[in-house]
Amino acid sequence: MKRLSFLYLALAYAFIFLPVAVLVVFSFQDGRLPVPPFQGVTLKWYEKVLSDEGLMTALGHSALVAFGSSGVALALGFLAAHGLARVALPGSLLMRGLLIAPMTVSYLIIGLGLLTVFNQAGIKPSLVATGIGHVVINLPLCFAICFAAMGDHQKSAERAARDLGASEVQVLWHISAPMLAPALAAAFFLSVTFSWDEFIIAFLLTRFEVTLPVEIWSMLRSGLSPATNAIGSLVFLVSALVVIVLETLMRRKA
Amino acid sequence: MSREDRLGWGLVAPALLWTAAFFVLPFLAMLALSFAHMEGREVVHGFSFGNYVKAFGDWSQLKALVNSIEITLTVTVLSVLLAWPLAATIAWSVPPRWQRAALLAAILPFWTSYVVRSYSWALVLGKTGVLNRGFGLIGLGPYEMASTRFATVIGFTHFFVMLLTLTIYANLVQLSPNYLRAAQDLGASRLRAFVHVILPLTLPGIVTGAFVTFTLCIGDYITPQILGGNNELTLPQLIMLQMGRGGNFPMASALSVILMAVVTLAYAACARWLRLDRL
Amino acid sequence: MTASVTIDRVTQTYGGAMALHDVSLQIAAGEFVVLLGPSGCGKTTLLNLIGGFAAPASGRILIGDRDMAGVAPAQRPTTTVFQDYALFPHMSLADNVGFGLRMRGVSRGERRAKAAQMLALVGLPGREDRRPHELSGGQRQRVALARALAVSPDVLLLDEPLGALDLKLRRQMQDELKAIQRQVGTTFVHVTHDQEEAMALADRIVVMSEGRIADQGPPREVYLRPRSLFSAAFMGEINQVPVVQGQSAIGPYPGTGMLLIRPEAINVTGGLPLGEAVVTDAAFFGTHVRAHARLGDLTLTLHLPQGSDPQPGQVLALYASAHAFLETE
Repeated sequence: MKRLSFLYLALAYAFIFLPVAVLVVFSFQDGRLPVPPFQGVTLKWYEKVLSDEGLMTALGHSALVAFGSSGVALALGFLAAHGLARVALPGSLLMRGLLIAPMTVSYLIIGLGLLTVFNQAGIKPSLVATGIGHVVINLPLCFAICFAAMGDHQKSAERAARDLGASEVQVLWHISAPMLAPALAAAFFLSVTFSWDEFIIAFLLTRFEVTLPVEIWSMLRSGLSPATNAIGSLVFLVSALVVIVLETLMRRKA
Repeated sequence: MSREDRLGWGLVAPALLWTAAFFVLPFLAMLALSFAHMEGREVVHGFSFGNYVKAFGDWSQLKALVNSIEITLTVTVLSVLLAWPLAATIAWSVPPRWQRAALLAAILPFWTSYVVRSYSWALVLGKTGVLNRGFGLIGLGPYEMASTRFATVIGFTHFFVMLLTLTIYANLVQLSPNYLRAAQDLGASRLRAFVHVILPLTLPGIVTGAFVTFTLCIGDYITPQILGGNNELTLPQLIMLQMGRGGNFPMASALSVILMAVVTLAYAACARWLRLDRL
Repeated sequence: MTASVTIDRVTQTYGGAMALHDVSLQIAAGEFVVLLGPSGCGKTTLLNLIGGFAAPASGRILIGDRDMAGVAPAQRPTTTVFQDYALFPHMSLADNVGFGLRMRGVSRGERRAKAAQMLALVGLPGREDRRPHELSGGQRQRVALARALAVSPDVLLLDEPLGALDLKLRRQMQDELKAIQRQVGTTFVHVTHDQEEAMALADRIVVMSEGRIADQGPPREVYLRPRSLFSAAFMGEINQVPVVQGQSAIGPYPGTGMLLIRPEAINVTGGLPLGEAVVTDAAFFGTHVRAHARLGDLTLTLHLPQGSDPQPGQVLALYASAHAFLETE
């Protein structure tokens, strides 16, 4: 039984890592196509990718959109969670439902809807438009995480702070936010990940300034190339490194 | 309205307004647009069910919906079946101090860029790809795997196995081992203990994960586009095609509304087990 | 600093249910008042109204001479020691204690000095840089007290602050709380359901029941001369002997009402003869011997002196050394 489950584990990991391994290995391909046979190791594709202005600009755009939209989504989600946790407003269940709703709708539909409205309002596709779309998809996530993290403990500390003379802004800044720091960090990190990687909304809502997934997409259309492997590997290795470092830090703290 | 209430509204209002302006309003606009029609390259607003009639009446359009549902159901079931034993092995057979690492390893390829992930599978499954080379060495193949439904399903399943492993694992570790012990203590076989105790207790986690899989899978454009090619279209591919080629926004909108209706039906089907707020 | 509190005909409702019925209470500056009663009696509601966490449906609350209507908790000259302490987990003890001063714009150095002084007052000198999670329950309680006192409130509100502590620690904290109150001179309004705690602390006990004040007065008076059946029973075990038109189980007694006798006031000598009773059981309790005795239809509970040794079946001629009588009209 035990042997069988470890065999399954090995097979599952092989399945999970197979495409990543192929991606990374053939990013070093000394040849024109990222397929077997492997013709030797070179770093020239990395060089090419890193000196590719279009890609590097797109990388910057992606970072800008990811951090900007996550910041807005987190702020809105945190405030809403705080409001709904604090006051028993009429229809608060309905409001929670409305705030969570975008989570169950395909990104394609959100993107298409925004495109329709922006077209009618005469708003041109841009990074800002993409950012607005990314806030829509990340707001439910940030709200849900913050709302779930607000326990009785939190509420009584906020009450005590008010009793000691703190204004509502001071309560948010000195008590609620620091006490929720782990949840806020997790929500922000997840938002950045989702926004960074999001394709379809960015594809629909950008035109001249594009994000990295859109840029990679246009690379793909010109056929297979180890350069695509190189940029893909680069993004993967850096993100994986960040994740592993965060995980180790968290473990050490716990 | 008391001071408290005003404060509460003030805090909730920005998020509500954002959701209303950039989620509800766009959806309503799209819904309205889905009843319009095209004359030449011009959108003519009005109220006709023409797009819907075409979506269900024209086999070339309806086929996309059927394809999407078939692929999504296959992927969802396959992913659950593959992820459950993986999550269970990590939760029960891997020593506790290695569990976090094992779990992290199981989801690490999450952080490959999503477009690149599908591309990687194209490299693996291509006619000259790694798999066919491998088969060649033992005298098999080559098989036509890229640009097929098989490739789409593999690409999707790869992603959702990771996602589901995470949610099911989170569910399993919360279970006290005493449940299984108690069931066996009372005379249940391993299988019956599993069917009557473990499965019902982990069902909410499984259903939630499966619903998310369903939603993400049926609405995805990239994976079928890169791996499935244009041999058979899924609904999102058709939507993009309607929009891109003819600029037929009304038809694209109608298809989107249908897509959303399918997700809503799926939601209704598993609502009683869903815990979206505890994702 | 200190101030009086005036509760003037306050009524409060919670979703249709009456929480307080037309309650009036005058608390003097510097007084230690304990609101005592079972859960749901309205004592915590009253405390929340004084602290400003809720507004009364009708009636007025004054602190000093100032009407508190519409004044938020932050602006009131009150602070609260909460049942769960509500310490800020992400702040050092100095920052916790100095929080109220920070909100009032006091400089960092001054805050730190005041925090050190307050921590010393509550018996935690030199712990400024510790964090709440490093402390025991009793120590957290002290920090909560120091934090609430650091802003020199006129009135300190304590919401069952000792409820989470074990019995031994609770008794010790009661002594310290009383000493601290004498030292700072602030008006303390303390809520509890533990009558021993109330007697240990209070200048005046206010017994509450079903949203009304059932009795009030110094501990001795409330215990020995209760003004309601409810407060008589809530303050401790008591024997109730009905008297109807001068007749009762212990013989003639003037009036109609209820004769109340504490178990420890009954012995084989005393001022009021009760009659001959048959001991049904007895047990040694350390400080006293607890026994039951039948007197006609009545079963009396007795706390006899440590040295006595009553046997079941034994007949005792009993007397009461103290009693109270509640007349019904």
